[in-house]
Amino acid sequence: MRPVLFLICPVLLFLGASYLLPFLGIVQLSFTDPDPGLAQYGRVLTEDLPTGVIWRTLRLCVIVTAVSVSCAYVITLLWVRGSPLVRSITELCIMIPFWISVLSRAFGWLSMLSNRGLLNTWLQDLGLIDSAIQMTRNEFAVVVGMSHYLIPFAVFPLATAMRNVDERVLTAADGMGASRLRIFWQVFLPMTASGIMGATLLVFVFSIGFYVTPALLGGGQSVLVAELIYLWLFQIPQWGMAAAMSVVLMLGVGGILFILMRRYGEMAK
Amino acid sequence: MKSEAIVSNTTQIEARSVGKTFGKFHALRDVSLQISEGEFLSLLGPSGSGKTTFLTLLGGYEPVTRGRLMLEGQDMTSWSANQRGFGMVFQGYALFPHLTVAENIAFPLKVQKRSKAQVTDRVAQMVEMVGLSGHEHKKPKALSGGQQQRVALARALAYEPKVLLLDEPFSALDKNLRGQMQEELRRLHRDLGTTFVFVTHDQEEALALSSRIAIFNHGELQQIGTPDEVYERPANRFTAEFLGDINILSLDAEAGGIAGTPLELPASATAYEHVAIRPEHMRLAAAGDGNQLPARVRDRVYLGSKSRLLLETRAGEELMLYFDNGPGLPPPDRGAELNVVWDTRDSFAI
Ligand SMILES: Nc1ncnc2c1ncn2[C@@H]1O[C@H](COP(=O)(O)OP(=O)(O)O)[C@@H](O)[C@H]1O
Ligand SMILES: [Mg+2]
Repeated sequence: MRPVLFLICPVLLFLGASYLLPFLGIVQLSFTDPDPGLAQYGRVLTEDLPTGVIWRTLRLCVIVTAVSVSCAYVITLLWVRGSPLVRSITELCIMIPFWISVLSRAFGWLSMLSNRGLLNTWLQDLGLIDSAIQMTRNEFAVVVGMSHYLIPFAVFPLATAMRNVDERVLTAADGMGASRLRIFWQVFLPMTASGIMGATLLVFVFSIGFYVTPALLGGGQSVLVAELIYLWLFQIPQWGMAAAMSVVLMLGVGGILFILMRRYGEMAK
Repeated sequence: MKSEAIVSNTTQIEARSVGKTFGKFHALRDVSLQISEGEFLSLLGPSGSGKTTFLTLLGGYEPVTRGRLMLEGQDMTSWSANQRGFGMVFQGYALFPHLTVAENIAFPLKVQKRSKAQVTDRVAQMVEMVGLSGHEHKKPKALSGGQQQRVALARALAYEPKVLLLDEPFSALDKNLRGQMQEELRRLHRDLGTTFVFVTHDQEEALALSSRIAIFNHGELQQIGTPDEVYERPANRFTAEFLGDINILSLDAEAGGIAGTPLELPASATAYEHVAIRPEHMRLAAAGDGNQLPARVRDRVYLGSKSRLLLETRAGEELMLYFDNGPGLPPPDRGAELNVVWDTRDSFAI
């Protein structure tokens, strides 16, 4: 055996024991509980509740990804290409969220957006609205909360791509008389496409597995896949269904990852 | 082998006491020069001497700190790069990596809002001109260095600029390709009649291509002139040593020559401290008409058709000269004592 393989053996064993075995257990469960066969998958893919949750999850995650990557793009632009002052301020704004737990941040948004929260109170005090606007316990709150959590993760692949942009290419375009708008849309943006792709990939995969934020900010009104699995595990136990849903989720994410990665690979060429 | 394009005597561009500082650092000091229409001017100097800086000032990519830049008698100092409308080939080419060859060349034309038919025609013409037919739909990454170079040239020339600025366009190419590209650049210059301002740190390239050479060092213009002028009559020690090989001897004013040996000196020598002679102007001889200097062979390097001899004068100064390994005498051995002879007209004081 080659020495390198020999050295990574313990890691492979550890990963196998801690991830693969439990996952195989879940697969087994999905085909056997309560009845042997494909019944659980049939129910997950046809019944209204699980299919509704799957579609809502997909829709929300697409929205969250779009919002996060767009916001992150603007923030990264300020961070990488702003004046020194703008840079340090942006950097602080990117780093601070990393020091605050996801739970605190969800509660933070609750106190911001709830009916008697800061935002509604201000708007009422300013006389802009008469009665509170419902901003929590719905998809809006979930999108805000999840995007806020995910934006910093999107910043890093974008920053790498933006830093790799050859300044001279922009200078060249400028010298040819291209407007700033044209330089942005036709030169800078396409040159950072690989970063956008990477950020999209990362944020989308993270968003699918979200539990805490949608549970708190959605207030049970917009249940996502992870929440449904939790429900089937601990509140109305149907472990076979939970397992089947997990496998579907896994395959779904895997499939999407595969497609995006191939596009990403082509782009990097 | 100079470019044969007709160089008119009309001054097209003029730099008047141009200076550029980055913070406290003087990248360029007091550069004044004139560029004629249709000229092939090379900016030559070691790395960090301010060549690129001067080119970006000319192109309008950076503002000058001091001085004025004139274009055909008009003050263009405050004009943007686009207003000046020069073509520029950046170091490293600066192609748009996400666009194909054709799209790269079309970019400046589209910016100028030319009609679709015009753009297509012009792109086809440029592709043809730089010999990239068949590669129109490739992205820069799929091209070799030489081909990328051609795309950069085509893009810079697409809108028929009056002046083309090139920043070390061949520095990333291997030697064979370099020669070939130099040839093509000369052909382009001849055919187009565009003024070329060409940055290089390669003296052979500058000597072979240019109608005039401007030599830079430490941000200062050392000398500007035709290749033979700067080579044969260098203005100062830097230029003399930077271009080609040179032997430099210290003068002793009292002895009327070099310490221990009276010499016939060029007329201008009195005010200077050194006399310089190119190795190709020196011969070995038992006795001769011109200046003679006894020296001892310190080392001999065999180079095939010739040998390079390293000699030491009695005053301990080093001389270098080439000895043709043709018919006749074999090259002298190490330790041999002999005379080095040269014609006064071929020496100059610095
Ligand atoms: N944007 C800049 N900021 C600070 N220093 C610079 C900048 N551009 C060039 N310099 C400095 O100016 C000097 C001349 O640079 P450059 O014109 O690029 O030299 P060359 O092209 O002859 O190699 C160098 O010492 C370089 O470090
Ligand atoms: Mg340079």
